[in-house]
Amino acid sequence: MKRRISKWADRSFFTVGLAATLVGLVVLFALMLDILSDGIGRLSLQFLTSFPSRHPEEAGILSAWVGTVWVMAITGVIAFPVGIMAAIYLEEYAKKNYLTGFIEINIANLAGVPSVIYGLLGLGLFVRAMALERSVLSGAATLAILVLPIIILSTREALKAIPFSIREASYALGATKWQTMRNQVLPAALPGILTGTILAMSRAIGETAPLITIGALTYVAFLPASPVSSQFPFVNLTGLFDAFTVLPIQIFNWVSRPQKGFSTNAAAAIIVLLAITFLMNSVAVWIRHRYQKKIRW
Amino acid sequence: MKKSMTALLVVITALIMSGRGSVSAADLIKVDGSSTVYPITEAVAEEFQKTERGKTRVTVGISGTGGGFKKFCNGELDISDASRPIKESEVALCGKNGIEYIELPVAYDGLAVLVNPRNNWIDSITVKELKKIWEPASQGKNTRWNQIRAGWPDKEMHLFGPGVDSGTFDYFTEAIVGKGGASRGDYTASEDDNVLVQGISTDALALGFFGVAYYDHNKDTLKLVPVDDGNDANGKGPVLPTYENVVEGAYQPLARPIFIYVAKKNADKPEVKRFIEFYMKNAGGLSKEVGYIALPQKAYELALKRFERKLAGSVFGGHGATVGVKIEEILKRE
Repeated sequence: MKRRISKWADRSFFTVGLAATLVGLVVLFALMLDILSDGIGRLSLQFLTSFPSRHPEEAGILSAWVGTVWVMAITGVIAFPVGIMAAIYLEEYAKKNYLTGFIEINIANLAGVPSVIYGLLGLGLFVRAMALERSVLSGAATLAILVLPIIILSTREALKAIPFSIREASYALGATKWQTMRNQVLPAALPGILTGTILAMSRAIGETAPLITIGALTYVAFLPASPVSSQFPFVNLTGLFDAFTVLPIQIFNWVSRPQKGFSTNAAAAIIVLLAITFLMNSVAVWIRHRYQKKIRW
Repeated sequence: MKKSMTALLVVITALIMSGRGSVSAADLIKVDGSSTVYPITEAVAEEFQKTERGKTRVTVGISGTGGGFKKFCNGELDISDASRPIKESEVALCGKNGIEYIELPVAYDGLAVLVNPRNNWIDSITVKELKKIWEPASQGKNTRWNQIRAGWPDKEMHLFGPGVDSGTFDYFTEAIVGKGGASRGDYTASEDDNVLVQGISTDALALGFFGVAYYDHNKDTLKLVPVDDGNDANGKGPVLPTYENVVEGAYQPLARPIFIYVAKKNADKPEVKRFIEFYMKNAGGLSKEVGYIALPQKAYELALKRFERKLAGSVFGGHGATVGVKIEEILKRE
């Protein structure tokens, strides 16, 4: 009798678990289907290469998606090294004392702060105090701060997951701490670090509130200056200081307009945003896969 | 690895944008502010940039009227979009920073009161009745149609309206309840007017309000309710938000002028001058196109004169949302 009950419990847990998984999947699938059916017809080269317009059929997302790519790239350039180095320091080097404990608690809390607060910080610090104005750099720096706690936390988790015996083995062979980090710990932790980082970036890519707060614009009919130039030194960073808009802001604006055509545009823009996010995530999965294969202890 | 990822992204970006070299020497006009005014400014900016052929760039943001004024009074903008006149606190901020402004009306925005097409008992509503429906004291109390007017059915009333963050909500409460922001809380609120359209068009017991532009694009699924303000001096009996009624000041108190504010210190910049001239010449046609009610032609001419004379300050004396103003009166004031 008892056996029967536990067998039944076992099976019902399986069903409940499966149902819980399916709820998420079904909702996601329904949303995707809805968006796809609304917007797929609108996707075209014209849509990707046109600036916003009051005519929904002429409007496009060129400034929005180029802005998104710019901002995400710069956010990565800022947040990757800072976040990972901070995590390595806290996890591997910092002495366990009250100060580090205090810092750790604060980082964990920062991960839960509403994003609009980061926008206000960005407005005060980057836009006004550092006089970067409403530029790509201000936006990226703000988003970088927004994702830093997430990157630090996930990097620390990845570092913690490396068994201590590996480090001991490395020390036993006479390696210094840095050699151990560089040759053993970091390569092994890299897949985990990258997964966490890319997930953090996926959060940043959808953020609207902090960017609107710092004054990212909605109607921008030009692109940041191209980073490559035909003249020496072939790199042109003035684009960092140009005004910009991003996909979520363009979507937000289109969704709130009365004309039918704009909601179709919004759906199409959402598909592009999803595609970019999906692409980023697949790159993460691919990198993780590649690195996991390499590690053999 | 980090580096190669970043390099990859930069290279992709570079590929996309190479050959599309930007004109970094172009003049820039910065506009921000109300999301209500945004569609008009966007339309003007779009057409203006076509005529300028890359000589001038215009950027338009949607920080909201209040957010826009904050930046404007900080000297960060050339032009601020506003769905209400400047408020006292904003006048003070601008004054502190030495920012003078020229106030120019650009169009009318009307609020429409709507019900479901299956609603056969309502053919008009008075401002008093609207107040009885929406005032804070009605919360949880006036919930049935027959409580508002005897003769209306003994059925539940389902209310829909914009959320508290919108300028539309501020304006409606100011006009109907008498105090900006004062409203009952037990209604379906959404910042997205499409949600309201959806709600009212599928619920036979619904009543709601939002901008006329949304009604224009959803005429077949909604029923427009004429509003009677009880003052025969500005239109006798119930009045619909038609072009004539709004312009003649008959559709009161639910129609308001919307504005742009130009920073006086930037009004001498040739590109700003050209933009404002273009704005005043084309706002009539373009505002109609994006769903607003144009001012009379004369008003745009008067406004342009105001700009050319660089008449600074607000004719509303810093009172913020003001109900029941006629545009000719505004422009006659100095």
